[in-house]
Amino acid sequence: MTFFYISAAVALISSVLAISRSNAVHALLYAIVSLLSVALIFFMLGAPFAAALEVVIYAGAIMVLFVFVIMMISSGPGSTQQERRWMNFRLWIGPSVLSAVLIIELFAVISPPREPMSAKPVIESKQVGIALMGPYMLGVELSSLLLTAGLVGAYHLGKRKDDAAQTEDVTIHD
Amino acid sequence: MNVLIGIIVPLGILFSVLTVAAGLIWLERRLLAFWQDRYGPNRVGAYGLLQPLADAIKLMFKEDWVPPFSDKPVFILAPIVIVITVVLAFAVIPFAPGIVVIDLNVGLLFFLGMSSLGVYSVVLGGWASNSKYSLLGGLRASAQMLSYEVFMGISVMGVVMMAGSFNLGDIIEAQRIGWFWIPQFFGMVIFIIAGLAETRRLPFDLPEAESELVAGFHTEYSGMKFGLFFVGEYIGITLVSAMIVTLYFGGWLGPFLPPIVWFTIKTFLFICGFILLRAAMPRPRYDQLMSYGWKILLPIAMANLLITGALLLRAM
Repeated sequence: MTFFYISAAVALISSVLAISRSNAVHALLYAIVSLLSVALIFFMLGAPFAAALEVVIYAGAIMVLFVFVIMMISSGPGSTQQERRWMNFRLWIGPSVLSAVLIIELFAVISPPREPMSAKPVIESKQVGIALMGPYMLGVELSSLLLTAGLVGAYHLGKRKDDAAQTEDVTIHD
Repeated sequence: MNVLIGIIVPLGILFSVLTVAAGLIWLERRLLAFWQDRYGPNRVGAYGLLQPLADAIKLMFKEDWVPPFSDKPVFILAPIVIVITVVLAFAVIPFAPGIVVIDLNVGLLFFLGMSSLGVYSVVLGGWASNSKYSLLGGLRASAQMLSYEVFMGISVMGVVMMAGSFNLGDIIEAQRIGWFWIPQFFGMVIFIIAGLAETRRLPFDLPEAESELVAGFHTEYSGMKFGLFFVGEYIGITLVSAMIVTLYFGGWLGPFLPPIVWFTIKTFLFICGFILLRAAMPRPRYDQLMSYGWKILLPIAMANLLITGALLLRAM
């Protein structure tokens, strides 16, 4: 239980820092730490497969893409200054009120005494697979459709100029 | 007794991994020299065996310079990340029955996760140096490692399907009836290529291509910080070789000799293979590297996955 609270605290602190840093890459580093601590929480709650996927997919692949893009577009101290100007106090009011509502709700949900969580069984990767290919089949298919759409979109954006000229020629002849 | 084993095994593995990584610095230079018909380092100690020690002393006493124009915390963090991730990945590798740090059920995914976290070290090192060459090296590294990670993940799934488990010990046990490199030949080839790309070894060392980028992502690094990148690369080679042996060449399985000896022999052979590739292969152009990965390796890996699945279903 202690380990749970430690990693939960790490997740909370790093998430707050991820929002409040004005240097974009530092903020991303805190976001990665936050994802890693969430993975540890999954592991302790008996879902090692979800924990591993959190590290491989989110921390290892998606965040690398974020870092990649920010490395390409950020232009040193100038962007940090700009970010600092955007971070004025009034911007914080709306998100703070909304998250305060969520926190109050969370306390209301967990306040009655419950059975200890340590007795949870470990969910094997096989069970996850069976669930995905059984009751959640539709979700898997829908997300694969979404990915296909993304793939087609990326192909369209990345298409070379001379290819585009050729297609235009074809349409004119039609 | 169990507590004692729990302490000795991890420490022993850590010690041997670091020793092997240091020894590789000597071995690589000697082997390269042998294949190129010259002597290599042979002055320090018998056969030059103390060369890594001399190198370490030299690196320790060099000025450890953090450039004033760099992003200091990230600059210092980057070399630490690579060593931590590759050493942690060794925790799931079973060297022999019972000799493993953690017998994790998702061991293979843990390895993939650690190797994908290792990308950060190169990317952040390149970015934090705040120099053009480093940034170009970091950009190349992130695109290269991200792409080849995809094929690496897909190629090992054939092994997972055949063994029915992500646990590396179970995968080795499943190879008692036959090593997986025969039924998973294409998976093995793709895994080896992707492993080369993940460790940024010579045919795939575009992030640090000397002829165009000075030294790529570690241009601004000096002293032991550069040393950590260096050691991380050699531990990475050992790690990928150990994974190839575990997944495709039966791990500790083998007749007569004790299991740990078999594991060591096989891993050593693959390490030498990696060094031979460095001696033999030219460096491709960057666009060739990318189109080779996405247009050739990805379709083969997918086809391998599909055919393996279909045959397994038929057998069931």
